[in-house]
Amino acid sequence: MSLTAKDKSTVKTFWGKIAGKTDELGAEALGRMLIVYPQTKTYFSHWADLSPSSAQVRKHGQTIMGAVTDAVGKMDDLCGGLASLSELHASKLRVDPANFKFLFHCIMVAIALYFPGDYTPEVQVSVEKFFQNLAFALSDKYR
Amino acid sequence: MRLVSHRGGEIRPTRSVRARVALAARLSLSLSHTHTHTHTHCAGSMVVDWTEAERRAVTYVWEKIDIDVIGPQAVASVLIVYPWTQRYFGAFGNISSVSAILSNPKVAAHGKVVLNALGLAVKNMDNIKATYAKLSEFHSEKVNVDPDNFRLLADCITIVIATKLGSDFPPDVQAAWHKFLDIVVSALSREYH
Repeated sequence: MSLTAKDKSTVKTFWGKIAGKTDELGAEALGRMLIVYPQTKTYFSHWADLSPSSAQVRKHGQTIMGAVTDAVGKMDDLCGGLASLSELHASKLRVDPANFKFLFHCIMVAIALYFPGDYTPEVQVSVEKFFQNLAFALSDKYR
Repeated sequence: MRLVSHRGGEIRPTRSVRARVALAARLSLSLSHTHTHTHTHCAGSMVVDWTEAERRAVTYVWEKIDIDVIGPQAVASVLIVYPWTQRYFGAFGNISSVSAILSNPKVAAHGKVVLNALGLAVKNMDNIKATYAKLSEFHSEKVNVDPDNFRLLADCITIVIATKLGSDFPPDVQAAWHKFLDIVVSALSREYH
């Protein structure tokens, strides 16, 4: 489901609104994912503390959200723009791509918590399409 | 059958809700739920383990939300965010634009029907599969709904709840609620052949 000009503009505008909170959103989202989808903890067995308050979880959530924000600027060519990240996930991290949607769902829950009035269904459809395209680009180099 | 809302007040349902409640009443179910059991074996099927914390979390969410607000918003959301779901609502009048969907009274009414039905599962957490057996058959045989749509609606319900509850929807509560909706979706998909 490709991103229309309207989707891209909606996502860009919305990201401008949430810019100041992306660190918290990322930390919140990753923390929730590990609890709501416990199978995702299997990728973090090398961390001692997988609770939402863990410094490692929060920091990694911020890193991830930074990459998502970066991708907002690359919507015209997500596959090209995310090639090296895809390569990393495919060959080094080897995260099953089925998990991307779990993280994206938790990012959307975090957004809904922090920006309840701004996250209307019209914004949600564009943001969700963006995440779907992001997941596709991230899995591009897998095989 | 006297209908009591999750807040204890009596519900006076519309005709369409009455029809659906009559359907639910024909299901063999007990409306008293047990507090002590954490584990119930449903005859010939999967066992659902609920911890007391999970039960409390689901009830907590249910008591905090206004289903007359959440229901309409969730159904409107699913029609907007996943527009192919509109295929099932041809008889609802104008759903041709976001504003039409958001102001459509049949969409809103259906939202209330759906959330009231969800309440049956909240009251019967140990018996969700049996509770929804007839509803599942109804969605399969009569309404011909692709069961993947249940998952989409469940996700929309969760997002709308998150916008309303904010910090009252911490990760462990979200996890219990997600588990609950997963089971509801699974039960509704079960009678498809």
